Amino acid sequence: MEKRNKILILDDDNDWLLLCRDLFGALPSQPEVFTANAARRALAIIESEKIRLLVCDLKMPRIDGLQMLAIVRRRFPELRTIVLSALEDEDYRSRAYALGVDLFWLKTEMQRNSKFFNECLESLLSSRDREGDTGFRGIQSKSLMDIIQMECLSRSSTVLRITRGPLVAKLWIQDGELIDAEVDGARGEVAFQRLLAWKSGSFENLPAEPKHERTIQKSVNALLLESAQALDEGTQATEPDSVESLAHRKTIWKLSQLTREGADFILSVPPEGQGEPEAIGTQNIAATAHWTRRADAIARRLGEKLEAGPLLHVSGQNLDRQVVMIAQGDKTFLAGWPADAAGNLPEKSRKLIASWDS
Amino acid sequence: MGFLKKLFGGTAAVQQLPTGTITVDRNGHIVASTVSTGFPKNLLQTIGHDVLELLREARAAQMPLAEVSLHFGSLRITARELRGGAIIFLFPQTALLPTPQSLNSSRP
Repeated sequence: MEKRNKILILDDDNDWLLLCRDLFGALPSQPEVFTANAARRALAIIESEKIRLLVCDLKMPRIDGLQMLAIVRRRFPELRTIVLSALEDEDYRSRAYALGVDLFWLKTEMQRNSKFFNECLESLLSSRDREGDTGFRGIQSKSLMDIIQMECLSRSSTVLRITRGPLVAKLWIQDGELIDAEVDGARGEVAFQRLLAWKSGSFENLPAEPKHERTIQKSVNALLLESAQALDEGTQATEPDSVESLAHRKTIWKLSQLTREGADFILSVPPEGQGEPEAIGTQNIAATAHWTRRADAIARRLGEKLEAGPLLHVSGQNLDRQVVMIAQGDKTFLAGWPADAAGNLPEKSRKLIASWDS
Repeated sequence: MGFLKKLFGGTAAVQQLPTGTITVDRNGHIVASTVSTGFPKNLLQTIGHDVLELLREARAAQMPLAEVSLHFGSLRITARELRGGAIIFLFPQTALLPTPQSLNSSRP
């Protein structure tokens, strides 16, 4: 007899739990549905049952959804998670994704697009493997090119929302044809080429927008071929002169990025013994890199002891300067900003780092 | 009734996040605290020591900091330097708290 998947729904609203129990129990794969109205009870169930998927609300008394997700991500990394919330704030969506959830759905959207939601649930329940360090979350070991080709070959209509740290991109696919792309203020073919340079990230399928304006006229295969040719030409530049000029161009580009964002300096620190720190805008590289490594180690150690979830960033300030330390991949970055710099500095630092590191 | 025990009998050890303020002297000893007494004291002591170490290391790197904040998924720790010691604020980050976005939108 085939083994049934187990779903756990965590929500403080008992009526909603009953409704979801009926809905999820009627899925084609007929999963076994458990419910809990408090985080402690949910954790006890996860510990005693082999739960495959946790569907979690955010706004709950005592231990809320974000804290629950942080605990679950740490203790049960193989557990798939969906946030089902009524909070329509984009900030919660990004905070939830930062905690590693597989999907974020609004309760209203779930009711409007219940068929699509059920398909997402089934897809999460049926996928058995975990993704590695690279590749796009949701489909393992597949590049973005593969994902786009799959969507186009299957003649589907969808909007792919792709995120890489703070950078967000969208691809509109209609009846298997790529009709528009958008990333970091750019649109059309330029945006599509820029997006293909992303090495990793996560994506989600949004409902199709059939009335969306078409800006890309070329076929997706022609665009992918052009992009592959450009990448080949780039990797063939191994002559000493061209390598030197490439490095020079890269430095100039990084400097211009720094100036454009209004930052004082940026420092990139690899793990101990795996290369030298690189910096632009500061002379005090060795001492600052040492502090960055120490700050990262101290903060991570403290976070683990307190079970406070993943480290998002460390910020500091004095009369002259503000600094933001962010770990990304195996590197740790420190961005320095003027004391009077306004706006969301962690977000600005992340953007600077993402474009610096790409 | 065995299945009920199986379901809910296990006690999941969930540690609540600390909320409140602590003041530590230059040696890392807690001078004052508004954090619940139910929260383990040794963990508060660890927070104090680690925060002072961060500030000390920053001074050694010729980058003295007057304030440092550690942002975790579900907790924010903000510390202000006080003559070698520090006053440390602990804010759990819950969905019940308003976000900057929601605060802006609720303003007239």
